[in-house]
Amino acid sequence: MNRPDLSVEIAGIKLRNPVMTASGTFGYGEEFAEYVDLEQIGAIITKGLSLKPKAGNPTPRIQETTGGMLNAIGLQNVGIDAFLEKKVPFLRTVSTPAIVNFFGNTVEEYAELAERLDKIPEVAGMEINISCPNVKHGGIVFGTEPKAAYSVVKAVREATIKPVIVKLSPNVTDIVEMAWACADAEADALSLINTLTGMAIDLKTRRPILANVTGGLSGPAVKPVALRMVWQVAKAVKIPVIGIGGIMTGTDALEFMLAGATAVQVGTANFLDPAASERIAREMEQYLVESGISDVKELIGALQV
Amino acid sequence: MQFRATIISNQEVSPGYFRMRITAPPELAGAQPGQFVMVRVRDAIDPLLRRPFGIFDVGTVLSEYPGCSSATYLELLYKVVGKGTEALSTYHHGDHVDIIAPLGTGFDLGAPEEEKILVGGGIGIAPLYYLAKSLVERSRVRFFLGGRTRDDILCVTEFERLGVETYVATDDGTLGDRGLVTEVMERHIREDGRKKTIYACGPMPMLKAVAEIARQTGTHCQVSLEAYMACGMGACLGCVVKGKDHADETPDYRCVCKDGPVFAFDQLMWV
Repeated sequence: MNRPDLSVEIAGIKLRNPVMTASGTFGYGEEFAEYVDLEQIGAIITKGLSLKPKAGNPTPRIQETTGGMLNAIGLQNVGIDAFLEKKVPFLRTVSTPAIVNFFGNTVEEYAELAERLDKIPEVAGMEINISCPNVKHGGIVFGTEPKAAYSVVKAVREATIKPVIVKLSPNVTDIVEMAWACADAEADALSLINTLTGMAIDLKTRRPILANVTGGLSGPAVKPVALRMVWQVAKAVKIPVIGIGGIMTGTDALEFMLAGATAVQVGTANFLDPAASERIAREMEQYLVESGISDVKELIGALQV
Repeated sequence: MQFRATIISNQEVSPGYFRMRITAPPELAGAQPGQFVMVRVRDAIDPLLRRPFGIFDVGTVLSEYPGCSSATYLELLYKVVGKGTEALSTYHHGDHVDIIAPLGTGFDLGAPEEEKILVGGGIGIAPLYYLAKSLVERSRVRFFLGGRTRDDILCVTEFERLGVETYVATDDGTLGDRGLVTEVMERHIREDGRKKTIYACGPMPMLKAVAEIARQTGTHCQVSLEAYMACGMGACLGCVVKGKDHADETPDYRCVCKDGPVFAFDQLMWV
């Protein structure tokens, strides 16, 4: 049998396989180059970017929990100027598409970032963060209120011709409603889920462990919630959905595809296994070979309910 | 680099403290003192994250037989503090762990003619042994070792065997001087006007005291920090500390994993 076809396409971005690296877990790609063959993964999504550099939250910022981890980094990043100057040159050396994740405090900031990134040839697409739960004005309003989401996505849409992916927060009553708002605003694709707000407590000190009190939960612990939300959203919208949430193995990734995801993002797994994204793509291929499936696209939304 | 290591030995050297020797690729012999490793204790999701450990020692055992290759080993010294180290402490000869090493920026060995003052608090001595090994060939080295009680004072003989003058202080006086190791060290720093370099690793209050002594006496000082981290390669930004120029508007966060774990004391914000 020939090698199965693992390629997928998201809003015109051709991916050699469905495995992308989730924003905030893979730096700017360069940090991981020693451990993973970047030419073997679908896409690199870079650390959330803002117009100005951002300091982030006080420490402690992370805490391991059962089957997962909490983080409250607070969107620390170098800002767009340093990104263009210091991080883009590396991305130029890799053929794998680079998708830039970004966020703003206002609709205008989102639009300005989109406009500036639109001019950068190394940027294959954009992922807008409207869902980070850590910072007071870091997007929680946009991510939980359909009208606000619509307006920010619309503004970004009008500022760029590059593919626009909207990353959705699970910390909402009805994620389908949010998905509709973004699709109405002509988002090209949706990625979900961002982290689930959680907390950890130290009995000894009677204090929260994270300095920010609450943080975003990620890792295998969130996978069932993510699968459910991907399934609900994929049924409801026509645009492609990218599944995220606790993917550690090829099996996990393929489950997301059955639920309706066209591609997936690997996040927390990169921390414990820096080559996780490459390995997961390989495991997916192996499954297809063993199952006699010639094209991974056959599995998208193939869930039998 | 990332490699699967076989455990050669894993011994409890004092109650709750273990010294583990594992196999390593020959390239690891080039690790700098002060660099660290990330250990994946189990191929499972609990514990999920890797655990960082300072390099206690790296060496190569030369084969006694011609034609047989020599073997590089890595040693870690650790205290059982949680799920990860608890699991690690149960491992025996022949078991395996996955390692990423060497990581981070290590110690600057400084000018040979300057005397080197090493200060370790409890498990904080872990990166100082490999450092002492590298320094002792070129400089006079004195080592000040502190702990709560005698059980927290580790590997004194190993340091002495290197030819390092060793001074011990415990909070309860069960070994060495009674009191803080930083007080003992301060007396030696001030005893003559000769230039010295301090290398310190231990709990934050100890490092703060050391940094203050360094500032007052105008002594070069490098500190090795410990931090909770997820990745060890500068991506998670969980392990940051404030650099000397930090302000909310103009952040100066440094990654302990990449910019450190060793920092010149005057590069950090101590308040």
